[in-house]
Amino acid sequence: MRHTITAIVEDHPGVLARVAGLFARRGFNIASLSVNETHREGLSRMVISVDGDERTLEQITKQLHKLIEVRKVFDHVDNDVVERELGLIKVSADARSRPEIIQIVSIFRAQIVDVAEEMVTVECTGGSDKVDALIRMLRPFGIKETARTGRIILVRGPKEG
Amino acid sequence: MRTTGAKALVAELNSQGMHVAFGIPGGVLIPLFDELLAAEKRGDLHTILVRHEQGAAHMADGFARASGRVGLCIATSGPGATNLVTGIATAYMDSVPILALTGQVRTASIGTDAFQEADIFGITMPIVKHNYLVKSAADVPQILVNALHIASTGRPGPVLVDLPMDVATGEFEYVAPTGPDLPGYRPTVKGNARTIRRAAEVIAQAKRPLLYLGGGVILSNASDQARQLAEKLNLPTFTTLLGKGAFPETHTLALGMAGMHGCAYANLAVAECDLLIALGARFDDRITGNLAKFAPTAGVVHIDVDPAEIGKNVPVTVPIVGDCKSVLQDLIPLLKARAEDEWNRRCQELKETYPLRYEHSDEVIMPQLVVEQLYRATKGDAIVVTGVGQHQMWSAQYYRCTRPRQFLSSGGLGTMGYALPAAIGAQVACPDALVLAIDGDGSFQMNSQELATAVQEHLPVKVAILNNGYLGMVRQWQDMFYDKRYSGVDLAASPDFVKLAEAYGAVGLRAERPEEVPEVIEKALKVEDRPCVMDFRVAREANVMPMIPAGKSVDEMRIE
Repeated sequence: MRHTITAIVEDHPGVLARVAGLFARRGFNIASLSVNETHREGLSRMVISVDGDERTLEQITKQLHKLIEVRKVFDHVDNDVVERELGLIKVSADARSRPEIIQIVSIFRAQIVDVAEEMVTVECTGGSDKVDALIRMLRPFGIKETARTGRIILVRGPKEG
Repeated sequence: MRTTGAKALVAELNSQGMHVAFGIPGGVLIPLFDELLAAEKRGDLHTILVRHEQGAAHMADGFARASGRVGLCIATSGPGATNLVTGIATAYMDSVPILALTGQVRTASIGTDAFQEADIFGITMPIVKHNYLVKSAADVPQILVNALHIASTGRPGPVLVDLPMDVATGEFEYVAPTGPDLPGYRPTVKGNARTIRRAAEVIAQAKRPLLYLGGGVILSNASDQARQLAEKLNLPTFTTLLGKGAFPETHTLALGMAGMHGCAYANLAVAECDLLIALGARFDDRITGNLAKFAPTAGVVHIDVDPAEIGKNVPVTVPIVGDCKSVLQDLIPLLKARAEDEWNRRCQELKETYPLRYEHSDEVIMPQLVVEQLYRATKGDAIVVTGVGQHQMWSAQYYRCTRPRQFLSSGGLGTMGYALPAAIGAQVACPDALVLAIDGDGSFQMNSQELATAVQEHLPVKVAILNNGYLGMVRQWQDMFYDKRYSGVDLAASPDFVKLAEAYGAVGLRAERPEEVPEVIEKALKVEDRPCVMDFRVAREANVMPMIPAGKSVDEMRIE
């Protein structure tokens, strides 16, 4: 099962390596990772998607708490969340296939952000499932490249996370 | 006040109570060693020159285990720092508080593959509790305070501080730190009152409870409380390798050490108990064997300062996160006294039916005999330090400990070569104590160069080598499971350890027959101003018994 964990960490050199190293040496497979500054100075938010069962998730969370530079950990298991990801997808597209691609893009409320004779680049924002689905729909046309940000999450309502 | 990184470092070490360092200088450390010399002259900090940085790390470790204080080792950049790695990993696995200070190339050179540069910060990340690369001299005082706080609190562990040369010489305006500045670090000391009450209920209902004491009891200085608990409830009690001494092994309730090479009666008691009260222990595989078959009928009350250990290997009935001593102080008053009962009698019966045994010989020195005689001659009162292997297990089985910080052994990492340097560290921490290293001929050769350190510092450590000419534990496995296909275990061409000791200026003694053993020990105990090596030529193919092979359970325990 895929779980998403948020860690609020002190923005020091090496903190990303520390967290990534922790996951690697305990055999937790990172599916995606996003790190960025937060509105609070000196603190960064790491949003990490991992594959594993409940026990694995529990161990990951506990081990993360042990890192000195980790201030908070949210496992989102019981949370109602807003979850988003951004994907850029470069698809083969010629004059004949472009209209259909444009149709699909419009259905997904995505955007075409680059166009050339042989291809278009599509930008899609939404839940990770939505980005997955768009990629599936575009696959028959020939996907040249994809770049995804990985999932980020904020808890709904006033609670922190 | 204007000061430099190096001056501030030494001053801060001093004000934090660090008065000994073990290390070796190098190019980038010369500014620091200049300050260490000044500190030496002021009588503030004694720096002990070792012969291999691994020795320095084990010395800091032995110092810490024997005293409860943070041990300090110092190494230069590049190879000096990398030579500390095994010692740091050893301390990490056994939760030992040490501070490793490494020199580093100038900040501007970092990442350029400079001379003697190594990314020790990156290399040690997985094996330290935390580490720091100091970027500016002004950061030194706070980082030191933080580092020592991290090393010595919560679940202790090694902390590394990497100090670039220009940071050591860099000048700044000193501002005294007011205390640790670690907003993300809040170890739990006091246990949750509700779970403690629940634990008391569960314990009261148990018919066959067993007390399981790990190294955490010693780290928490909780052995008095552990004993109170055991005696109030008449609990049969066993320890792990690292918990030896947490409870007196001469006590009627004591079941000795359990686990792979633990006493058979301890393992059998675990299989029959209905409640395991685990204190400061982590259910390591050397204790549990096959997890699916471990303590099949037992509930578990697990008390530990590290929440990540609770429920990691074994499902827990009542988890309590907190410092062992504090939790016991809250828990014991809630418990009603228990009289001795059927269960106590059963454990006593197991003890009498399955005692530790070995085949005696009049012709050949049995290794177990050496440990027994050392135990008697030292009145069970020495600080015992071991290497890793068969000799380590025999030492654990036959040297009964009665107080904490008496048995120093690399349990988690299992580091050969630990004994001599750790014994040196222990002797420095406890100058009036009798420090006895029991080592193997293989383990001893890994850090024998530290005899020079012991001689230079006039440290009367005793080293008893159980010399069988083999890497004994591996040979035993090849004997038991690979049809005696001995591969890579024959230690031929070992030096004459007596001559080696004398070459260093230490005392060397040898016994080749059983009747020679007592006199060698007696002579060794009289040496007061230098180390003494005792070369005991023991039976070559003795096996450590009992044994629960890896991944197996107590029903497959072999008694001989």
